[in-house]
Amino acid sequence: MTEAQVWDALAEIPDPEIPVISLVDLGVVRGIDVDDRRVRVEFTPTFLGCPALEVMRDAMADSIRALGAEPEIEVLLDDSWSTDRITPEGREKLRASGFAPPSPRGVAAPTLVQLQSNAHRCPYCGSTETRLENIFGPTPCRSLRYCASCKQPFEQFKTI
Amino acid sequence: MKEQEQQLLLEIADDELILGWRDSEWTGIAPLLEEDVAFSSIAQNEIGHARALYELVARARGTTADELAFDRSPDEYRCAPLVELRLMDWAETIARHYLYEKADAKRLEQLKHSDDPEIAGLAAKIDREEAYHRIHAQMWFDRLQDEPRFVEALERLRPQAEALHDSAHRGEHTAELTDLWEEMTVVRRSQPTGTKW
Repeated sequence: MTEAQVWDALAEIPDPEIPVISLVDLGVVRGIDVDDRRVRVEFTPTFLGCPALEVMRDAMADSIRALGAEPEIEVLLDDSWSTDRITPEGREKLRASGFAPPSPRGVAAPTLVQLQSNAHRCPYCGSTETRLENIFGPTPCRSLRYCASCKQPFEQFKTI
Repeated sequence: MKEQEQQLLLEIADDELILGWRDSEWTGIAPLLEEDVAFSSIAQNEIGHARALYELVARARGTTADELAFDRSPDEYRCAPLVELRLMDWAETIARHYLYEKADAKRLEQLKHSDDPEIAGLAAKIDREEAYHRIHAQMWFDRLQDEPRFVEALERLRPQAEALHDSAHRGEHTAELTDLWEEMTVVRRSQPTGTKW
């Protein structure tokens, strides 16, 4: 078994909460190590309180077992995942399904002024005439915004 | 991990777990729909932080995060009284939120410089998420800062927020913790031995 086979298998697993994007697109798979019939995967949660954590871990383990190997999934509890790690393909898939992709991680933490700025583009019509409705949304990783041009509320991936 | 560091992580984890429970009590009854969403998300984040912190301590002690979170008796918890209070008033809730986030930012900043890379790494991750809580708390502070009810709540709770940094007095609890503990652990305590979730 090769690392590439494992990457391909994990790329088939959808994010449990945003199924348009795969775990590999999301950038949460940090490393794969194949040692004969043992496969070690390092992965990071998006948000620590993400309820999909266990589901993702089990889905990866099942997928590796289906390849005929014994999985070892290590959850990295550090700052190594960032929304900057979402792949360009992943960002496009998010946008196409109505989630505005995250803005790049800055040197400093985001501020209210940045969140309120209308630099955030509407994923439906492309307008930048958008405003922040709520920093928080249906899951920890999303904020709620409203597009004044097409009158459509939309979800914005938070920058982490 | 040294015993002293484990104790510190447990203090923070217990604060986050208990505050997460208290915050979740606004789900469905917050004064604004958007605050239902916000407080539910904040509660979820705090409990997630608690889980990750328990996880690090559990690895060092050869136990599990769930055992640390739910299998201790109320007097063994290390949380501070501030997070235990069952606040039924929105102004008081926002005052606690504001004071807690300030104090939490201070200790996370210290933890980010820990010599232990695991602790420093987790603190950095938690801090990124807390940044959104701080923006939310500041937004409410700006809105309510001239309201007498809010100002009084801030003054009343301030001494307890300062006690968050005082390890010596941790372990002294309010009577409200016992009621919360009963509620929080009822499912786990009723679990027949050998059950798998």
